[in-house]
Amino acid sequence: MATLPTSVPGNGRRPPLKMRWTRRISTMLGWTTCGLALLTLSGLMVWILEMVFVRGFSALTPTVLTTVTQGRGGGLLNAIEGTAVLSGGALLLAVPFGMASGIYVAEYHYSRWASVIGFLADVLVGVPSIVMGYFGYVTMVEWLGWNFSVAAGAIVLAIICLPYICRTTELALKQVPAEIREAAYALGASDRRVILRICLPAALPGILTGVLLALAISVGETAPLLYTAGWSSFMWDGHLTHSPIGYLTYAIWTFINEPFASANALAYAAALLVTGFVLLINIVARFTLKRTSI
Amino acid sequence: MRFRNWLAILAGVLPMSLVVILVFLTAYAWPAIRFNGWGFAFRDMWNLGNLYADPVMSAGVSIQPGAEYGILFLIAGTLLSTIIALLFAIPVGAGAAVFLAEAIPGQLRTWISLFVELLAAIPSVVFGLWGYVVLIPFLGHHVFPFLASRLDLVPFFGGPPGSGYGLLTAGIVLAMMVVPLITATLRDALVSQPVALKEASIALGATRFEAIRYILLPRTRGVLIGATFLALGRALGETMAVLMVSGNALNYLPQNIYSPISTMAAFIVSQLDSALQDPSGLAVKSLAEIALVLCVISVLVNAAARLMLAAWGRTFSTARGA
Repeated sequence: MATLPTSVPGNGRRPPLKMRWTRRISTMLGWTTCGLALLTLSGLMVWILEMVFVRGFSALTPTVLTTVTQGRGGGLLNAIEGTAVLSGGALLLAVPFGMASGIYVAEYHYSRWASVIGFLADVLVGVPSIVMGYFGYVTMVEWLGWNFSVAAGAIVLAIICLPYICRTTELALKQVPAEIREAAYALGASDRRVILRICLPAALPGILTGVLLALAISVGETAPLLYTAGWSSFMWDGHLTHSPIGYLTYAIWTFINEPFASANALAYAAALLVTGFVLLINIVARFTLKRTSI
Repeated sequence: MRFRNWLAILAGVLPMSLVVILVFLTAYAWPAIRFNGWGFAFRDMWNLGNLYADPVMSAGVSIQPGAEYGILFLIAGTLLSTIIALLFAIPVGAGAAVFLAEAIPGQLRTWISLFVELLAAIPSVVFGLWGYVVLIPFLGHHVFPFLASRLDLVPFFGGPPGSGYGLLTAGIVLAMMVVPLITATLRDALVSQPVALKEASIALGATRFEAIRYILLPRTRGVLIGATFLALGRALGETMAVLMVSGNALNYLPQNIYSPISTMAAFIVSQLDSALQDPSGLAVKSLAEIALVLCVISVLVNAAARLMLAAWGRTFSTARGA
C-alpha cells in the first residue's frame, strides 16, 4: 500500500490546522482535473445528441416514414421494415440458443463445459463485427450462393447477439436464490422442472432485458450487414435468400456522402430513428436490470 | 439427465460458432496465407496486379501478374489510432470515474452515470456521422491548422495539417467510443471499495482526494488495466466510425498525426468492391486473411482482459470475505 506523500506531524499534539500549500494545491488540481474529465465526457454526449436530434427532427417528415427510397430522396419505409425484419430474424435465431447456453452456464456452473461456454461467450463478444460480416460473406453469400439476403444478414446478427443473451440469462438466473432450487429439489422435482417451471419464470424480467439489449445492438450494427444483407430500395419481397434488403444504418452511411440535401436529410432521419430507439431501449434496460456487466 | 444433454447441445451452438468462424476464415484465406507468407505483415503494398492479364501460377497459387499483398500501413494505422484513442480515453475515463464515484452524491450520480455511459450505446455509424459532419470541419478548419503552425517543430505535430480526415480524428472518435467502458468499470470498482479504508486514511490526516489517489486508486489498478484491454479490443475492431473519418489511406504510412490512415477493419469494408474485380480471387482471400488476423488479435486481447478482470473479482471478493 502506498504511503502518504508528507507525514502528518502527530506526537500527541493537535493536528496542524494549516495544510502545506503543495498538498492543498495538488488536491484542488486533482479534483479540478477529474471534474473537467467528467465535464468533457458529458459535453461530448450533449454535442452528439444535439446533432442527432436537431438535424434528425428537422429531417423527419411523414413522407420519410411512409414512402420507400427513390433515387436521391423519398423515404425510409423500406429501411425501417428491413431493420425490423433483420433484427427480428436475428432474435428468433439467437434467443433459443443464447438462452440455452445461459441456462447451462448458470445451472450447471460446476461442469467444465459450462465454464468453456461462459469464457467463449466473453471471447465472442470481442470478435469485431466486421469479421463476422466477412465470415457471413465468405460462407453464406459466396459459398452457399445465397447472394445478399435476409438469411445471411440475420444469421450474422444472431451470432453477434448470442453472447449478450447468454450472459444476461446467466446473470438473471444467478439472482434466483439457491433456496428456491433446493426447496424444489426437496419436493422431488426434476432438473427440467426446476429450471423451466421454477427458475426461468423468476428470472424472466432479467432475461427479457437482455433480449432487449441484444435488439438494440442488432438495430445499431452496420458493418456486418454491408456484405451480407446488401441494400434494396424496395420493400422486402418475402424471400429469405437471393434478395437483398435495406436497413437504416446503411442509409446513414451512404446518404450522408451524397451531394444532395434530400439524401442527407434521409441520413439524418435514419440516425434519429436508430439512435432514439437504441437509447430508449438502453434506458429501459438500465432501470429493469439492477446490475449490467456488459 | 436427458434434459441436461439437450441443453448442453443447444448451448454448444455458441462455442461452435466461434470455431466455425475461425475454421472457415482460415480455410478460405489459405491460398492467400501461402502466397503472402510472413511478409504480409511487413510489406507496405496492397496491389492487385494487372487485372487484364491472364493469371499466372506462383507458390502454387493462381495470381494476377504483379500482385502483391502487404498490410504494414494497416497495422500502423490500426495500432496508432488505437494508441491515440487510449491516450485520450484512459485519463478522461479514470478522472470521470473518480469524480462520479467520490464527488457526486447518490441519486445524482445514478443519473449522470447513466447519461455518460449511454455514450457506449450510440451506434458506431452515428459516431461516424457526427465525426463526418461536425468534428471534421471543426478540426480541419480551426484546430489542425492552428496546432500545426504552433507545434511546427514538435515531431509528428508539424507538417501539413490535412483536411481533418486522419489519424488524430480517428483517435478522438475511437476514444469517445471506448471511454464509457473505462468509466463504468472503474466507477463500479471504486464504489465497491471498503469505506473503512477511506475513513482510516482521512482519520490519519489525508484529504479526501489524497485518500482516493494514494489508497483507493492503487487498489483498483487491476481493474483499470482490464478495462483498458477491453477498450483496446473494442478500438481495434471498430469499423464504421473509423471508415468515415480516417481518410482511408492506401499504401501510405502516416507522416504526422494529421495524416490519412486506414485500419484493418475499415479496409475490409472499403476494399471488398475493388477486390472483387480480381479474377484470380486472391484479393478477396487476402481480405479474409486480414479478417483472420484481426479476429485472432481481438480474441487474444479480449480473453486477456476477461481473465484479468475475473482474477481481480476473485481476489477482491475473497478479501471482502464475501
